[in-house]
Amino acid sequence: MSFISLLWVLLLGSLLGLELIGKVPPTLHTPLMSGANAISGITMLAALTLIVKAGGNVPLLIIGSVSLGFALFNVVGGFFVTDRMLAMFSRKPSNKK
Amino acid sequence: MNLPVIIKFVIDLLAVLLLALGIKGLSKVKSARDANRLAAFAMSLSVVGLLSYYLGTSGIAIQSWIWIIIGSIIGSLFGAILAKKVPMTSMPETVALFNGCGGMSSLLVALGVAIFPISNNLENLDFFKSLINEVSISVSIFVGAITFTGSIVAMAKLQGWLSTPGWTQSKVRHFVNIVFAVASLIAIFDLINGNTNSIWLLVIVSSLLGIGVTLPIGGADMPVVISLLNSYSGIAAAAAGFVVDSQLLIVAGAMVGAAGLILTQVMCKGMNRSLVSVLFGGSLSAQSTASSGSGEYTNITSCSVEECALTLEAANKVIIVPGYGLAVAQAQHTLREVTKKLEQNGIEVVYAIHPVAGRMPGHMNVLLAEADVPYEQLKEMDVVNPDFPATDVVLVLGANDVVNPQAKNDSSSPLYGMPVLDVQEARTVFVIKRGMSAGYSGIKNDLFDLPNTSMVFGDAKKVLNDLIGELKDLGVGEKE
Repeated sequence: MSFISLLWVLLLGSLLGLELIGKVPPTLHTPLMSGANAISGITMLAALTLIVKAGGNVPLLIIGSVSLGFALFNVVGGFFVTDRMLAMFSRKPSNKK
Repeated sequence: MNLPVIIKFVIDLLAVLLLALGIKGLSKVKSARDANRLAAFAMSLSVVGLLSYYLGTSGIAIQSWIWIIIGSIIGSLFGAILAKKVPMTSMPETVALFNGCGGMSSLLVALGVAIFPISNNLENLDFFKSLINEVSISVSIFVGAITFTGSIVAMAKLQGWLSTPGWTQSKVRHFVNIVFAVASLIAIFDLINGNTNSIWLLVIVSSLLGIGVTLPIGGADMPVVISLLNSYSGIAAAAAGFVVDSQLLIVAGAMVGAAGLILTQVMCKGMNRSLVSVLFGGSLSAQSTASSGSGEYTNITSCSVEECALTLEAANKVIIVPGYGLAVAQAQHTLREVTKKLEQNGIEVVYAIHPVAGRMPGHMNVLLAEADVPYEQLKEMDVVNPDFPATDVVLVLGANDVVNPQAKNDSSSPLYGMPVLDVQEARTVFVIKRGMSAGYSGIKNDLFDLPNTSMVFGDAKKVLNDLIGELKDLGVGEKE
């Protein structure tokens, strides 16, 4: 992929983000922030690439693995915690304990 | 194009689509939970796409598999455990921690590529391409480091492990931060000139910059900072996308970056603060204690819990204004007990939610939802403000600046222009508060001086517990 087309991807991605998030009720800001935060853990793909391409380079394998760990901590934790928050909203007052 | 490339292309496209739909769905209460799962699914899909691509082309060595498995198991396990265990009240600092780790991940990827150039990726690069490569590595490290140290400082502050040291409020801090920023730029130029060692300088000074910028910011402004850092972690991910040549990373990173910015803007608006003053103004309370000479309180009425209970019993319509103090006292469950009793007596109860109630927008909704408060009873400011004149009793719990009439009446007040809840329009206002201390803005609250306002002093949880007792004695909500 040429650098210029990657820049286009960056530009369009940013515009998409602005457009998607423009109209969120304040109620959902914290879950949204937490969910978006989980998505930013997408760098796990970069970490995976690093590990796969590292070949036999052990230090690089370790760096990649630690990076992958940090990213997955962000992703898994982020999605779980968002789900926990949102589960509370969907709970109906009628079926509480 | 061979098959693995096509498969990866289709999967990436699908993942971007699902991520966008996920973020979109997160903006509606009904679809939010499914949307979150959809986004999680899209993320897993993207991993499958990437791994299948490598399996189909270059193959994945056993050694790589081992390190992949180690990294993913440890990371996921800790993430899942923390997410399950953490109490809802400390949500902001949890998000900060996760966010910091995302930044760290981008930093490490760039660092790895910089120290050990990946053979088949960086061979035969012309000058332009290697320049782009160096710049993306630098940006990824710079933003990643700021995100990491900034988020950790933010988390420590919210947890109360770290206070705002007095010396950080002096003007010298701007100079120090400028030095860090300039040093980062020098390191980046040096790196582009081919001096690989300067990467360590970049890591160190950008980490220090993250600390230097976050440390002087007061605890109450932290949500804004976290939201901004969330945006940064998206930018770091996008930069990492340039480093490893991945469009998916760039799109997702850019979306998160844009989302964080919008959210930051919303929070600033709600607090009547500009982003510039949050970032460079230092702690608001330290700044305004000198200027808030709007006088002492002259007409404070304090009353007992018993009086409060009597007034509540006679009311038809009650509005609760929950704030930061309620979250700190963890009194949302006790509050729910009180309102249940009132409802059983046929009293109409709603909760007025200021856009920045709690510690970040929407945090109060989460806390009240945790205490089983029906979603329909939570009213946003614009909806509830016209209702105050027809309201008998308003209970203000741990909120302060968001109910200060100064914001509407006094154009010389620092709060002037901030959207507030018009609680003073109600017949009676009870303010449950520990003492006469000011809100985080450090500004006197004119509400407390009004004749229809009574102060009930005490810890929110204890007062509410006493209130339950008094209501019981009055026979309110006996059916339980």
